[in-house]
Amino acid sequence: MSHIKKSVLVVDDEVNIVTAIEYILMDEDVTVFKAFDGEEGLLSAIQNKPDVIILDVMMPGMDGFTVAGKIRENETLHHTKILFLTAKGTPEDKKTGYGSGGELYVVKPFDNDILLEKVQELLSY
Amino acid sequence: MDSGIVIFVSLIYLLLLFVIAIYGNKQLKKGSSIVNNPLVYSLSLTVYCTVWTFYGSVGRASEQGLAFIPVYLGPTLAAPVIYMVIRKMILISKKLHITSIADFVSSRYGKNTFLGVLTTLVLLFGIIPYISIQLKAIGLSFDVMTVHKSMNEFWDGSTFYKDKVNYFTILLAIFTILFGTRNLDPNERHEGLIAAIAFESVIKLISFLAVGIFVCYILFNGMEDLFSQAALNPATNKLLVLPNDHTSQSHWFWVMILSAFATMFLPRQFHVSVVENTNITYTRQASWMFPLYLFLICFFVLPIAIAGILLLPELTDSDTFVLSLPLHFGYEWLALLVYLGGFSAAASMVVVSVIALSIMVSNNLLMPFLLNTKTAKLDGYALLSDRLLSIRRIIIVVILFLAYAFYQGVSHHFSLVSIGLISFVAIFQLAPIIIGGLYWTKANTKGAMAGLMSGFFIWLICLPIPTLAESGLLGKDLLTEGYFGLHLLKPYALFGLEGYDHISHACIWSLFFNLGSFVVVSMLTSQSVEEIAQADFYVNIEKYVGSPDMEVIKREASVITLKKKLVRYLGSSKTRTVLNEYKGKTEVTKNSDNASPEFINYVEKILSGAFGAASARLILGTEIRQEPVTLEKLHEILNQTKEILEYSQELEGQKSELQRTGLELAEVNQQLKKLDELKAEFISTVTHELRTPMTTIRSFAQMLDKKEDLPTETKKEFLSIIIKECDRVKHLINQVLEVEKIDITLDVEKKSCNLHKVIHDAIQRVLPLIEEKNIDLKLVNDDTEKYLPIQEEKFLQVMLNLLTNAIKFCDHEKGIIFIRVDQTSETDFITVGNNGKVIPEEFLPRIFDKFTQVKDGNLAKPEGSGLGLYITKKFVEQANGQIHVISDIDQGTQFIMKFARS
Repeated sequence: MSHIKKSVLVVDDEVNIVTAIEYILMDEDVTVFKAFDGEEGLLSAIQNKPDVIILDVMMPGMDGFTVAGKIRENETLHHTKILFLTAKGTPEDKKTGYGSGGELYVVKPFDNDILLEKVQELLSY
Repeated sequence: MDSGIVIFVSLIYLLLLFVIAIYGNKQLKKGSSIVNNPLVYSLSLTVYCTVWTFYGSVGRASEQGLAFIPVYLGPTLAAPVIYMVIRKMILISKKLHITSIADFVSSRYGKNTFLGVLTTLVLLFGIIPYISIQLKAIGLSFDVMTVHKSMNEFWDGSTFYKDKVNYFTILLAIFTILFGTRNLDPNERHEGLIAAIAFESVIKLISFLAVGIFVCYILFNGMEDLFSQAALNPATNKLLVLPNDHTSQSHWFWVMILSAFATMFLPRQFHVSVVENTNITYTRQASWMFPLYLFLICFFVLPIAIAGILLLPELTDSDTFVLSLPLHFGYEWLALLVYLGGFSAAASMVVVSVIALSIMVSNNLLMPFLLNTKTAKLDGYALLSDRLLSIRRIIIVVILFLAYAFYQGVSHHFSLVSIGLISFVAIFQLAPIIIGGLYWTKANTKGAMAGLMSGFFIWLICLPIPTLAESGLLGKDLLTEGYFGLHLLKPYALFGLEGYDHISHACIWSLFFNLGSFVVVSMLTSQSVEEIAQADFYVNIEKYVGSPDMEVIKREASVITLKKKLVRYLGSSKTRTVLNEYKGKTEVTKNSDNASPEFINYVEKILSGAFGAASARLILGTEIRQEPVTLEKLHEILNQTKEILEYSQELEGQKSELQRTGLELAEVNQQLKKLDELKAEFISTVTHELRTPMTTIRSFAQMLDKKEDLPTETKKEFLSIIIKECDRVKHLINQVLEVEKIDITLDVEKKSCNLHKVIHDAIQRVLPLIEEKNIDLKLVNDDTEKYLPIQEEKFLQVMLNLLTNAIKFCDHEKGIIFIRVDQTSETDFITVGNNGKVIPEEFLPRIFDKFTQVKDGNLAKPEGSGLGLYITKKFVEQANGQIHVISDIDQGTQFIMKFARS
């Protein structure tokens, strides 16, 4: 079984959060792509076809929910799992998130271990 | 001119009037009334100008010069007062369905039947001679037109059928009947007729002006020529001077008074100005249009009189000058036009007067009598309204016949003007009780009867009787010896009062006795309950206008009997229409025993409209039970109604105020809602903004905690990120507190800020950053001492925000920041600029909003809370300043503040 390296795309307008997640995933055998706003994220997703996208919601320009919707419309990104990582934590927000095509929803501030667990879970599919 | 032509033209003209009247009625049915405008209303009022004006003024002017003027000057000078009174009469009459002056009087004085009868009689005595002079004038003008012409031998007046006036009278009777009694309108409105009257008024004016212009510019070379020739002739020269003897002056005075009252109380004037009024606001225009008409029609009177004396054969009757002048000089078409003008003057006066009199005679004289007969009481008058029309028609014929008889028997003894003035004095007898009734609540029925009777009696013995004696119809020694041979009772010098002309003399004594007994009797006797109620209604009509009918005296009746009464007196079909027009229809179908006061009032008003107030009272008398009320109680009620009215007017005012407040509240509520939304949004944004650094801090701290094998370098990096993020939280909290401050700061401190000092303070604080980034800071024009109308602390915050902003965004390699101070005579400008990247245009409008941060894909997110510029703008605006931003390649980014100089 040939080993294909899995990839994760992190999309957040907070540089430091992207950095933190990069460190959290450091020990995993994954390629990490980074993007700092919605549009950039969408482009990177189409280009790199990551297995998991960690997606912030409140970003300048295109917000995370819209990005998720666009990804779900894209045939080539069938396999991609989306994990929302956001400060928006109300039940309505979560509903919107799942409705737009996200698989998991994690509210900021997050626990590093839990986030890692969730990402691993998504990567194992 | 051949009398055939004159008759033909007269008939054609009458036909034209018919057509206009029919057209007027048709337009009314179509809903586009042609009489419903102030011009037609004002023109209809000029029914005041009869043949007395048209022919008589010139006659009088040719004998006594300017003496014709007071009849027109009186109403002109008193116009404002007259229209104030007329407005009040309209308000009352519309509210009570009053249709004649006799009804107006009787209704005021407790709906008293006898007073209605008395008023009607006074008016009949006063007006019939007046009508007769119109007939006389028509005949006279016809004679002048047809002098020495073929058919004239026929019209010798020797027998009834040989008298042309008789035929004119019959024609007028037909015209009056056709348009005055077409149907029984409870409001007695005749729009078609009014249209015809207005048209006649135009013809009157045009024809008279035409003669005037003809005389001045064809017979003479203008006014100047005419008057200079008049000055040369002693017969005409005396006409040009104003009389300055005592008798003439008192005559002028009294005639002005008489004519002012006549414009209000003559039956035809009351009819056109009050009964036929379609809109009360027209009185305002009438108050100047009517005097203007009088002025125009008087303008050429004196020139025509002078021309008549100078140019016509000596024995020409001066009353016919208007007609004789064009005839004499061969202008027959003009004469014909004048003839039509005179005919119009006579016809309109006769028709309106006779209609007004017939309403009075039928409602106030005949109806009370008929209603009191046994047959009426037993079986009533089914379809009485149809009979009423026939009764009206008969009355019209009778009145015209009486006028004709007067003309035949008596009128050739008098000039037009003398009979007119005698009529005016009769009308004048109504003045005290009407004016008193309108403005004096204490005026009562007994007083009114005493006043009217005594005044009328004095009028009789001072004017008509001696006039008859003068003409030889009574013994002439009455004039010299006095009544019963008593010198104190000489008709023209009653109680020894001499030195006045007959009219003034009669005015003085009749007014003295009339007013005297009216006031004295009113003061000495008491009022009945009904009188008090009516008096309050008349005097304080304003409080009843626009309010629902008020129940001053509690009355009870059953709906079914009221309906029966209506059917009995109006007929079933008319009753149906009338009941359909009533608003509270459910009440009518229910046939309850207790009719509402509104329904009782409605039925009473409908019957009043048809039969007069006094008759309505007689008809309903037995059916309406009236609760006995004591005088004290009544006064209490009236005061209450007044209070209620004042209260309701006050409420009305408060209501509109409430509405306004309501609107304001709704607006405030809207604002509050928006504020609430904004606040919720603000909180959610702030918490989000707080969560972000928290997230970073927590994540890195956890890594430091868990991953012990991290290299020192990395640990240091993590810690510095944590510290930075902590600073960010601190900064954010500070700014949130600033934002809160914006809303609660009360600017009690003195608002004055030393610009120079604050700028340097701000620079001091950011200097380390500037030096660190090697930025070039330029200060332009900052050397003068200047004060801004803003708190120093706040302006320091503003400058700090703008400077840190500039430091953040200026060019990273060769940063330039400048602070510039400019000024005009009224404004100070402070600009903070930098040479950083151009802000995308779509961002500019939102740059001062909360949490707006300009992001650049290639850059890491700039530090800041997103509140700095919002706070800056708020601080500047609170000090009545303005802040703008411009950003382009040439100028970089500049924030420009404007403050008005104090």
